[in-house]
Parts: sequence; structure tokens; C-alpha cells
Amino acid sequence: MARTVTPGPRRRPTTASPRMIDAPPRLPMRGTGLSEAEFQKTVATVEWVPALEYGWDTGEAIGRFLAGLRAGKIYGVRCRRCGRTVTPPRAFCELDFKPMDEWVELPPTGTVNTFSVCYVTWDMKPLRKPQVPAVIEIDGTTPRVGFLHLLGGLRGTSVEAVHRQVQIGMPVRAVWKPARERSGAITDILYFEPVRGKGRKA
Amino acid sequence: MRATEAPLLGKPRRRVAVVGAGMSLFVRRALETGKELSYYAASQALETAGVKRREIEAVVMVTAPDAFDGVHMKGEWLLDGAGGAGKPYMRTYVGGGSGVFGLISGWTLVASGLFDLVLVIGEEKMSSCQPHPQGAFLTIFDHTIERPLGPNLLWIFALEQHRYMATYGIRNEDIALVSVKNKRNALDHPAAQVAANLTVNDVLASEVVAWPVHRLMVSPVSDGAAALVLASETVARRLTDKPVWIQGVGWSLDTSYWGNRDLAYPRYVEAAARMAYAMAGVTEPRKQIHIAEPYDPFAYKELHHLEGLLLADKGQAPEDLAQGRFERTGPLPVCPSGGLMGVGNPIAAAGVMKVCELFWQLRGEAGRRQVPGKPERGVAQAWGDLMQIGTVAVLGIH
Ligand SMILES: [Zn+2]
Repeated sequence: MARTVTPGPRRRPTTASPRMIDAPPRLPMRGTGLSEAEFQKTVATVEWVPALEYGWDTGEAIGRFLAGLRAGKIYGVRCRRCGRTVTPPRAFCELDFKPMDEWVELPPTGTVNTFSVCYVTWDMKPLRKPQVPAVIEIDGTTPRVGFLHLLGGLRGTSVEAVHRQVQIGMPVRAVWKPARERSGAITDILYFEPVRGKGRKA
Repeated sequence: MRATEAPLLGKPRRRVAVVGAGMSLFVRRALETGKELSYYAASQALETAGVKRREIEAVVMVTAPDAFDGVHMKGEWLLDGAGGAGKPYMRTYVGGGSGVFGLISGWTLVASGLFDLVLVIGEEKMSSCQPHPQGAFLTIFDHTIERPLGPNLLWIFALEQHRYMATYGIRNEDIALVSVKNKRNALDHPAAQVAANLTVNDVLASEVVAWPVHRLMVSPVSDGAAALVLASETVARRLTDKPVWIQGVGWSLDTSYWGNRDLAYPRYVEAAARMAYAMAGVTEPRKQIHIAEPYDPFAYKELHHLEGLLLADKGQAPEDLAQGRFERTGPLPVCPSGGLMGVGNPIAAAGVMKVCELFWQLRGEAGRRQVPGKPERGVAQAWGDLMQIGTVAVLGIH
């Protein structure tokens, strides 16, 4: 059924520049592009919805980190050899390849390393209220050691509105779920919110 | 910085050349199966090289997540379309970096002395994954500390682009120019899926999907395949008087704790580039590299990668672009093919497409796409996994 398509003007109309015959590869290229309507109506497709379930173990280090979140504390780990303090914690230093040396309790505050204002879901459906994902550097960790979380407590939904309230380098603090609702999950921190009235940090 | 130290290199046993290249069309949704697309690209590469499948001694397949196709062990499943039946066959996989990694994998098989003729295929059929192939990407995030936050793939690109912009004071207009250049270059590529003549304003007027990323700064969902034939020096000289030599290869993976990196600079690309340049004897990349095909799944990535490839100063690639340095007729043509932003992004196939482009350009066969000045050496690069891998290959006519 495959249609042979020779290099030259293709079905996509373009008034820009004509397709040159001499553009390689010179042999005819094959492939049949379908429109959404053709895919939905004229081509037989077989559908399959996988039903796979997983139960993931936390591991030692993340398990202790999650227990800390349930108690309203953010823990990190320190390696004396490279001098780094990192969170989320890990059992071993991936650079020095030795066990981490100590656990440290970190403050629930940090700095915005970067953020986005996301208006689509993973399947590209529009979101009326954007998500504001961010990389947060928790105070007391090594510079440029951040982790993914969300910014919240913001007014408005436009890029401009979000930018009026958040900038890279701004101090933020964790907003926790009420203690009785925490489950020992990353979402025990609802989001980080700007610490208003404080200056920017580098 | 440990990650950017150039590794000590042993000496490859033999020189390896690319002697043939082929592609399918890149389309949003192909009627053909992955096997059929692979067959189209592979058979074309064999035909241009003037060799038969039975002469091929080993086959390398690169193809990205099994989840796109919903077929576990997709590499084995694609084997027949790749011409691998009854032969030493391997699938190698480093996410979006897979395309150039396929060339590297094939190179190891020939450079080691094991084989004289190796076929490399990159294939991707993203369209099977419903309702959107981004669903497959959700599983790259850490299951315990990231997925509960409701992430999608766009987040990590948007976060990285914003950090890059903020670190160097880059404007989104500067980044939109990559989309304009590459989509325009792709008008001359007969396989192109999303070629267009646009302005910076058109790009910035497209919807914000995840600020600072606009829709026209993102490469499309694509189906397609691309292939290469690699040969040892003796065999290459018998097959063609225009072999394109693989002068150097490099790859490096950075930590999977992606938030623990400087998001403004891809140091893993630098590590991979330093390895490839050292092998190729490239000491001054800006003088010795005449054409570049860096990985551009998002507009800013082309600029980010040019800096990691040491072809632009940190934070300066946008300025260089604005001044025309990276135009097809400029001092350093970048993505003359049209790149992923213009030709399309069937992931593993897109990286192989970049090597195909260097093959045609360095042989002076690129027709309407040909860069002026008889380029003698080019670099192709791909990137992926958890934003953590750089795969780099230096190709040249000497
Ligand atoms: Zn350490």
C-alpha cells in the first residue's frame, strides 16, 4: 500500500520555496503520512490499554526523607570527601562512591533556581490554572543542588502575573499539608511560596 | 569539574567510514509500521553504498522507549526491517541521544576489527502511543519524589531554558530565531515534516505551552527512520572514492539527579565533545569544525549544545545566531538539514538523520542544502535520557 514519494513538492502546500529535485537522498523516499481523519476512519487500528501496576519501594535514604516530611522536616545528607550537602538524600555519594557521612536537618526555606508556567497537561490539553514547577535550592545545601517542586500561593494565571510575584533567585518557604493529612510523600509539602519582603539572592 | 575532564583515550585499531545513507520520509503519523519504515531507510542506505544485505556482517538498531510502540523488546521486534535476521545484531539505547549513539556503537564494531561492514538503523514511531506520546515520557521522572507532583516532559525543558535565559540575560526573541532558521532550512529537505517560512513574531505568537517555551519552539511528534552503512578502511576504499571518515566519537552521561546540575550549561555535552575532539585531533573546534548538526528538539537546545560543543562562548550562542554566524551560508552552518525543528523528531532516527546530513554535505552532494566553501569536517550531536547524555561524532573527508 505504500506510496512512493519522489523528492519534490509534497502534499503539504507551501508557497515558500519549491522543492529541489537534487536534494539528497536522490533515491525516492518512502513513507505515507496520515491525517488525523484518515487515522481515525480509514485505517484499521488495534487498540490496547496496558494494565500494569507497580509498588515501588522507597529505598533507605528516600524512606527516611519521606518520614521527615511527615514530621514537617526536610532532611539532607552530607559527604565529607567532596563537601556537598544534598537533598533529596541518597545513601551514597555518586561522585566519591562511598556512603554519605551524615544526615542534616535543613530549614524549610530555599531559593528559586528556575521555574516555568505550564499551561498544558502531559497530553497537551489546556490547563486553565497553570502549574508553576520550579527547581528549589534548599538553604544549607551546596549551591546548584536543587530539586523539583511546585510554586504556589500565587495570584492570577497569566505569565505576567506570575512573573510579578516570582523571579529566579527569590527566597521561598515550604507550605505544608496539615500534620494529620501528611502521608510521608513529596506532596506533604503542598508547594513553596515566595517569602515576601525579602531581597533577591544571587 | 570532574565531568568535563577529557578521558585518556586508547587508540582505535582501525579507521571507519560512512559509505551510505538513507531515510524514510518523516511524518506525523505513518501508515507504515516501524519495521516497514526501517526497511525503507535501510534498503536505501544499502543501495547508495552499493552493498547487499548478505554482505552486511552486523547490524545496530537504535530506537527509543518501548513504550512508544507498546512493544516490549522493540529492538528484537524491529530486527527484520533493520536487515538483522540471522546476523550479529544489537540494540543500543540512550534515550534521545540514541541516534548518534548508534553511529558510535557501529563504529566500535568496525574500529575494533570485529567486522568490516555494519548497518546502523535509527527508527521511531511515536504516533502509536495514545492519546499522546508524552505519556511514555512521564515514566522518566522519579516514581517517588517527582511523579506525585504531576510533571510532564515540557517542564524540564522549560525549567532549563528559563535558567539559561536568566543566567546570561537571553531574550526569548533570540531563542525563537532557532525555530525560524531551522524550519526555513528544512524547506530544502525532501523528508521534512514541519518546514516553514516563519518570522520571530510568528514563533512568539504561537501559544505558550510552558513558559518560556512556545509551541513553535518544540519539535513535532514524528514517525520515521534513517540508516547508515559503515565500513572499515579497506572495504570503504573499495566501495567509494568519497568515504566520509568517523574521525572521533565521544559520549558521557551526567548524574540522574538532574536538579543537582548547573542547568545553564550542558557539561556532559562538553565532556563528550572533548573526547570526540581529542580522538579526531581537533584542538581548535571553532576553526576546524566547518559544519554542525547539534540536537535541537527544543529551540534553545541548539544554542545550549553549541556552547557545550565549544563552538560558541557560554551564553553567546544567541548573539552569534542573531549575527548570522549559524546560517547555512554563514561562517559556521548549523543544522543546514533543518534539524529536528524542521525535518522532524522521530527520536532515534532524528540523530541518525543528522549524521546522514553530514555525510551528504561533506561529500558535496547536499544539492540545494549544500553549504558553501567545501566543508571538510563536521560534528553531529544528540542528547537525551534525563537531560543527561551527550553523544558526539566528528566526521571528515580526510
Ligand atoms: Zn562526595
